[in-house]
Amino acid sequence: MPAVSGNSLLPDAARAAIRESTARFPSGRQRSAVLDALRLAQDGNGGWLSVELMDAVAEELALPPIQVYEVATFYSMFEVRAVGRHCVSVCTNISCWLRGGRELLKHLENRLGISAGESTVDGRIFLKEEEECLAACTGAPMMMVGHCYHENVTPDEADRIVERLS
Amino acid sequence: MPDEGVRLTVNGRELEAAAGEMLIAVTDRAGIYVPRFCYHPKLSVAANCRMCLVDVAGAPKPMPACALPVTEGLEVETRSDRAIAAQRATMEFLLINHPLDCPVCDQGGECELQDLAMGFGRDISRFTEGKRAVPDPDLGPLVSTDMTRCIHCTRCIRFGEEVAGVQELGATGRSEHMEITTHVERSLKHELSGNVIDVCPVGALNNKPYRFTARAWEMSAHATVASHDCVGSALYAHVLRGRVRRIVPRENEAVNETWISDRDRFSCEGLYVEERLHKPLVRRDGRLMEVGWEEALAAAAAGLMRVAEEHGGEGLGTLVSPSATAEEGYLLRKLMSALGSANIEYRLRQRDFRSAATAADAPWLGTRFCEVESLDSLLLVGCDLRSEAPILAHRVRKAAMAGARVSYLDLAEREYLHPIGTRSVQPPRDWARALGPLAGRALKGRRRALWLGGLAVRHPAYGELLEAAAEAAAGAVLGHVTQGGNAAGLHLAGVIPGPADGNGAAGLNADRMSRVTLAGMVLMGVEPDLDCAAGAHEAIGGAGFLLALNPWVSPWLLSHADVLLPTATSLESSGTLVNGQMDWQSFAAAAPPPGMARPAWKVLRALADRLSLEGFGYADTDQVLAELRQRIERPAAASASTSHGASIDSRSLDDEEFATLELPMYSVDGLVRRSAPLQQAAAVQRAA
Amino acid sequence: MDLVHVCMPPPDAERPWRLESYEGRGGYRVWRKVLAGELDAGQILETVKASGLRGRGGAGFPTGLKWSFMPGDCEQPTYLVCNSDESEPGTCHDRDILRYNPHVLIEGMALAAYAMGATVSYNYIRGEFLGEPVPRFLDALDEARAAGLIGRGLGAAGIDFELHPFVGAGAYICGEETGLLESLEGKPGKPRFKPPFPAQSGLYGRPTTVNNTQTLACVPAIVEKGAEWFKSLGPPNSAGTMIYSVSGHVERPGNYEAPLGVSFNELLEHAGGVWKGRKLKAVIPGGSSVPVLPAAIIRECTMDYDSLSEAGSALGTGAMIVMDDRTCMVSVLRRIARFYYAESCGQCTPCREGTGWLYRMLTRMLEGRAKVSDLDLLLSVANNIEGHTICALGDAAAWPVQSFLKHFRGEFEEKIRSSRPLARRKEAAYA
Repeated sequence: MPAVSGNSLLPDAARAAIRESTARFPSGRQRSAVLDALRLAQDGNGGWLSVELMDAVAEELALPPIQVYEVATFYSMFEVRAVGRHCVSVCTNISCWLRGGRELLKHLENRLGISAGESTVDGRIFLKEEEECLAACTGAPMMMVGHCYHENVTPDEADRIVERLS
Repeated sequence: MPDEGVRLTVNGRELEAAAGEMLIAVTDRAGIYVPRFCYHPKLSVAANCRMCLVDVAGAPKPMPACALPVTEGLEVETRSDRAIAAQRATMEFLLINHPLDCPVCDQGGECELQDLAMGFGRDISRFTEGKRAVPDPDLGPLVSTDMTRCIHCTRCIRFGEEVAGVQELGATGRSEHMEITTHVERSLKHELSGNVIDVCPVGALNNKPYRFTARAWEMSAHATVASHDCVGSALYAHVLRGRVRRIVPRENEAVNETWISDRDRFSCEGLYVEERLHKPLVRRDGRLMEVGWEEALAAAAAGLMRVAEEHGGEGLGTLVSPSATAEEGYLLRKLMSALGSANIEYRLRQRDFRSAATAADAPWLGTRFCEVESLDSLLLVGCDLRSEAPILAHRVRKAAMAGARVSYLDLAEREYLHPIGTRSVQPPRDWARALGPLAGRALKGRRRALWLGGLAVRHPAYGELLEAAAEAAAGAVLGHVTQGGNAAGLHLAGVIPGPADGNGAAGLNADRMSRVTLAGMVLMGVEPDLDCAAGAHEAIGGAGFLLALNPWVSPWLLSHADVLLPTATSLESSGTLVNGQMDWQSFAAAAPPPGMARPAWKVLRALADRLSLEGFGYADTDQVLAELRQRIERPAAASASTSHGASIDSRSLDDEEFATLELPMYSVDGLVRRSAPLQQAAAVQRAA
Repeated sequence: MDLVHVCMPPPDAERPWRLESYEGRGGYRVWRKVLAGELDAGQILETVKASGLRGRGGAGFPTGLKWSFMPGDCEQPTYLVCNSDESEPGTCHDRDILRYNPHVLIEGMALAAYAMGATVSYNYIRGEFLGEPVPRFLDALDEARAAGLIGRGLGAAGIDFELHPFVGAGAYICGEETGLLESLEGKPGKPRFKPPFPAQSGLYGRPTTVNNTQTLACVPAIVEKGAEWFKSLGPPNSAGTMIYSVSGHVERPGNYEAPLGVSFNELLEHAGGVWKGRKLKAVIPGGSSVPVLPAAIIRECTMDYDSLSEAGSALGTGAMIVMDDRTCMVSVLRRIARFYYAESCGQCTPCREGTGWLYRMLTRMLEGRAKVSDLDLLLSVANNIEGHTICALGDAAAWPVQSFLKHFRGEFEEKIRSSRPLARRKEAAYA
């Protein structure tokens, strides 16, 4: 099915990228591009997906909106409510747990004055819910800021990393 | 048994089955019950509820019977310790977060979870944690939600995807936070969406208008037949203390399978409205007065006699609802013939009768509903099928999904939820000429059909269109998606202009009756301002004497009728409807009509008595039906019911002649128009 | 213990992710032979079958056998899908293959696809790898494409081999092969009921094989050096090498590629031993889903399929999570339980409802709101999940509970008693 849309909210660059992504799949299988499309939409919207954006993705890919909502709410990297600009995730799964991951998260919670799952009032930082294993277990404890991994993180380093975020 | 039969053993019993059949279908057939929630014979296999786990010899763990293809030599125990332990474990998990609010749940008493909990549940819960609570989305006026009760079987989602053809509900989130929802509050819009109420095994999705009205075990179920379209879906009316409380589908594989349209399910909400006519009304000195039946019948008989004496039978005209029962139509036809009137008609919205083809046979689909599924190609002409006959549209969708080429010729784009071969959107005046070339492209393969629908029938040059269709069909089945619930039955009962014996002068058809003002008019189940062609009510309203048999009053009837006799709806009367595949479907009254209202056939019997007419001494509708069927077996000469003459050329018509071809789904008859939930649903659809 | 580099580049290689470096170490020799028409699909399949290679994603299924399930002469398309959705807690070796040796994966995928007659392949990479592993892999794809190693009508033999990246968005369950296929189709990653297996009906309903990253990375070396060489690296039933991700309470956590069958003690020593000079308490030897083993048992084990299975656990992903003697087993189990609770896809009843129940009971035990008899309930709920679900996540949630209670029940009882506020107050009153 051709994915043609008129008054889409998506920026042209995102739409071009979605079309490029769609080309990787057989014709009629444009639904496969929905993860890429949502990621592009989210990255262009300060880190979260509004209903309007999800509807725009649905329109772009000619999908029923509910199929897009299902995906957006299933995967942990999508946020469907407004969050801070920078997403900070601290892994607290077992390998990190054993080497202070939980303490690191607590430290950041105190430092930022928010609980995991909340954003700072200035909209700068979103501290993600207790994160599951990010596959950097040999560098525990670790945290992810945006898409960037930081390994063997001490509380002091965590402070410095967070301070650098604008 | 198919060629590739296999033998298997279930609980020591040897069974035969087709290779690859799912075990649960085989055990169901053999009467061996395996508990289940997510399995539904009309939906794809999900295998997610884990209630049907059974013990399979050689398998390391219990297997779901719904997803286990049977193989030769399979040995299964459905009641072994291992099977029962697995089923009990699942039941415990299903119940830990279920609110167990059965006393305030409408599903109580007919709940699959409640029933199975009796067999597989514990008497005391081991779960002491806090229970999950889930927000309830507003799905619109028809379906209520209590999602905390949801057991996530996904039947409703699969129904949308696979049967309705559009996914309206989905499962958002994951883990125990997975929710069945529209996510963003959106009303269900599909015309079959009420079926999610039936597929939902628990009280999560329920009938919203019926909410808190009755308990399942208090009601009696009465088999009946839907009257709003040519499908004639099989229904049960659930009745408590003399009132129909709700409608549910009755399984009939040949007609509606297990589904019904929202129109058939929720129209009963129009039964007990304020406009319901409880007592006969007679006009005295310009004002309608409530009177008893004796007085009313006397007034009706006197009015008819006066017209017949002063103007002859030709001075009388009769219009009958296309959803009236065959018995009602037949009796009224007989009565009017006895008064010398040949002017009788059920095709209320048809305007052009100039074609010999219309008179010869009763209009029908030309094919059995189940054969629709194996069509190779279908061309819909002037037919808004999803709105006209939703269940038939579902059959067509199945055909299309199996590869049939479905095309349409219409005045607007129609949203069909399946692939469309050719979409031809043309102004109606060009249809007859567009048909030939289009049919060449659209009708392919061995089993071809061309169907004319409601827009075609309402076309001002229907005759021209019909001739073009007959020619274009060229060997394809030419079918009619007829309007109302009993077009074929009324046609066969002779509710078409012309004397009953087929000899004598042609009577006036609906179009003629809308153009000349007759001295007397009889209306049965007809509200002329809403049920007839545009403007027809002006001529009808001018009649010197107007007798209406109707379940409701309306502003138009109140200002024009001289005698208003309160009649029963088809839910309140025995009778017979003949559907689009020519099934004669008889039913008994599900509930008594309210107040002094009586079934129309009884009213007509009494009226004939007042008119001193012979041959109306029927004891019940069965006798009427027997007489009617006997007449059909000895058909009179072809009825002279048609106006002959050259076809109307649609090119010569004014634009305004084409203005009223559309008929909204929830405007088709008096009952539907008075169902508040359906009118709300119509408003939702208009807003979308 | 000798490190052997089959999947990982040698430690001294400079910018080992570049094509130049990979080819300098002999990379793409085998694939070029194929492209030249000097090696046919049957030979590759037979070699991999004979090599005894088993899936490194956790289940350890024989790879050659899995490949042979693909229909031989089948209409295209059929698909090969690489599972780089690495997310089993404790496991991080696929990330390093993507970062440091992406070309070995590309060559492995090319050989595997060719052996099975698949012309289109996808690499499903977890979304969190967007920062470093994904760009490395994409650069490698560009290099390989430019070098005529990926594309249509390649080499003298005119072979078609398309490889597309696919980036996930955060869901452990997409590591399950049918959950991964659902995700690749743009849906929530809810595993499919089997049968049908992917080799019959996989991606878009077409025959598909899903293999783990490390598994595919082994293939070039196997084809080049032969099945016997690969088998000889490890003990019977455990051919080849494994990248052991050693994490937790050790001095030098890291990814160490060594032959299967290496002794636990050697591996622990290689990772610097238990940290801070403490004693070993327990080890989860194959990612959080496999049963825990106490020190006394794991000390006797070699790190291979049979030895760990006999000891009552499994090699899993080869992710060795080491715990010292100060570790609270109740809180570790609670953290593991939280993981399965959060990552359950939610479709089938026992897992959706049971994982949250396990987590809440364990939370109560830590917070002093539990009775000792709750341990029986905990075990019973775990047993009721096990074997009753569509995919193995239910089992993976149950096994840690069963094994922690089997080996450390006393500690659980003690924790429950000591943390009950009421119990403590009573004791104080009578003291």
